[in-house]
Amino acid sequence: MSHKIMELVEKSSLKEEAPEFEVGDTVDVHTKILEGEKERIQVFNGTVIARSGAGTREMFTVRRIVAGEGVERKFPLHSPRIEKVEVKRRSVVRRAKLYFLRDRIGKATRLKERRLPRN
Amino acid sequence: MSKGILGRKVGMTQIYDETGQVVPVTVLEAGPCHVTQLRTEERDGYSAVQLGYLDKPKRLVSRSEAGHVAKNLKTNRKRKRSAAGIELPPKPDCNPKRFVRELKGSTDGYELGQEVTVGVLSDIARVDIVGTSKGRGFAGVMKRHNFSGQRASHGVKKCHRHAGGTGMSAYPSRLFKGKRMAGQYGNAKTTSRNIKVVKVDEENGLLLVNGAVPGPNGGYVVIKETNTL
Repeated sequence: MSHKIMELVEKSSLKEEAPEFEVGDTVDVHTKILEGEKERIQVFNGTVIARSGAGTREMFTVRRIVAGEGVERKFPLHSPRIEKVEVKRRSVVRRAKLYFLRDRIGKATRLKERRLPRN
Repeated sequence: MSKGILGRKVGMTQIYDETGQVVPVTVLEAGPCHVTQLRTEERDGYSAVQLGYLDKPKRLVSRSEAGHVAKNLKTNRKRKRSAAGIELPPKPDCNPKRFVRELKGSTDGYELGQEVTVGVLSDIARVDIVGTSKGRGFAGVMKRHNFSGQRASHGVKKCHRHAGGTGMSAYPSRLFKGKRMAGQYGNAKTTSRNIKVVKVDEENGLLLVNGAVPGPNGGYVVIKETNTL
């Protein structure tokens, strides 16, 4: 009963078509940011290393290396500020959280590409 | 009557507002309630509207609860009083209610048996919410009064979560009343004041308010227009 009510409330805050991607994908995250009065779109490129939470609270973590320093950003999946998430590359992963990438540098951070079967 | 309604806490979640900010909300199932009694100045010495929320199953209803709302309950007292020519108090003729509370104030615009929905709060920006806080049992001073406890080392023996001294010496030779100590914590009537209303969903009888509300999920609450300025 209460579960149904919560779903009803959360529905208004969920995106109708949530961006589709998986852990291990290399993505471009387009976020709207306000600069003074103007709104512009900023792109954050990196590897999705985790997804967490459910419903309106679902978040995903994107990791990339900026000037030799690892940078991770966590985004709310259903935020209206997230314009879109573009999948650039898919890869073969065997776990849900790729935190082991944090301990690796350079070549070792590569993930094997997963090619989708042609149909 | 200050505008208000009875309800039940469903749980907490978060939603996005129109600017894309996350708002933490508590979902409350508010109403529908029935007016079960109108308290008047001449009869009761004060005026208030008594509301009842949720029907009580028949097997749990006592006879006095049934008689409080039912129009056609035959009782000896009723028979005797009407035979003596005493006017019987009017009844709302609804089902007995689980949760009954009074909201003080004028009874203008309210009738006995009238249904009150969450719509009464539609033009209200802030509310006070009265609930029963979660019971924590017999709690120590650190949990109950935010005392600091004692040190983890430096000679402290088995007293790490204790209070320190509680009084003075030969004078006054006693403890002052109201000294904060361990004891029952929670499971008490608690009011959260001046809570912002985020959304009134009349269609589903739901009320979303900003932030937390006292009590467990499923706990009964009284929601009323705030009187803070």
